[in-house]
Amino acid sequence: MSAKLNTREVGDVTVVDVSGRITLGEGSSAMRDTLRELVNSGKKKVLLNLSDVTYIDSSGIGELVSGFTTVANAGGTLKLLGLTKRVKDLLQITKLYTVFDVHEEEAHAVRSFV
Amino acid sequence: MSSDTGSIGILDQDYPSTLESVDIVEADILKAAVDVGFGEDEQHEIGMAVRECMVNAVVHGNRYNKNKHVHLTVTKSAVDFSIRITDQGEGFETECVPDPLDDTNILRHSGRGLFLMAAFMDDVKVQKLSPSGTEVTLTKKLGKPE
Repeated sequence: MSAKLNTREVGDVTVVDVSGRITLGEGSSAMRDTLRELVNSGKKKVLLNLSDVTYIDSSGIGELVSGFTTVANAGGTLKLLGLTKRVKDLLQITKLYTVFDVHEEEAHAVRSFV
Repeated sequence: MSSDTGSIGILDQDYPSTLESVDIVEADILKAAVDVGFGEDEQHEIGMAVRECMVNAVVHGNRYNKNKHVHLTVTKSAVDFSIRITDQGEGFETECVPDPLDDTNILRHSGRGLFLMAAFMDDVKVQKLSPSGTEVTLTKKLGKPE
């Protein structure tokens, strides 16, 4: 199942719930387009909820990284929530785990935005 | 079917240069990995490596050219499970691929495919073919405890 995204607001934080597979094609494109729209609409605090992401390939990792830099370049912050073991392992072996601010619990993640 | 080396052929097929082929090959090889007896973690690793290799072949090698195909060969020996993916592109030099773990490359959008193949498989061989094309052989040893 290609990635599906749903956006909601929790206070001044935009939470993007992602589910399914983030792979080259529809899944990665959907994430890219959503993050760009959020930046273009002025959102500065973005929390990507990946707890229902079952699979991510290097293209998906690339979109996470691009999203991170796009939001940062616009003066905002993108954080990650709810990594499965496999996604966490992937970010660790690519040395990206320490690049992102990763949280396990949504309320704590939302409070962490300055 | 078997060869003089003792390997048994499992798959030997051409695929069009499409993203759909990436999904199909991933599924076909995962089924073969299950049949061979790999556990869940190894199946995931093999699937990841195969997907990365197929994407490279379709996107970077054959550039989605409908007149070019990707050839897949899967074999099993007494000691390992081997996947060979060949494209008809221009080929590339592995030395020219930037290190994705280098600090200057960490935030690059792409360039992690080869690295992930090597991370998930026991051996990866990349051969530039003459006059054109690239052949990548991914190998996973059999019989390792998870």
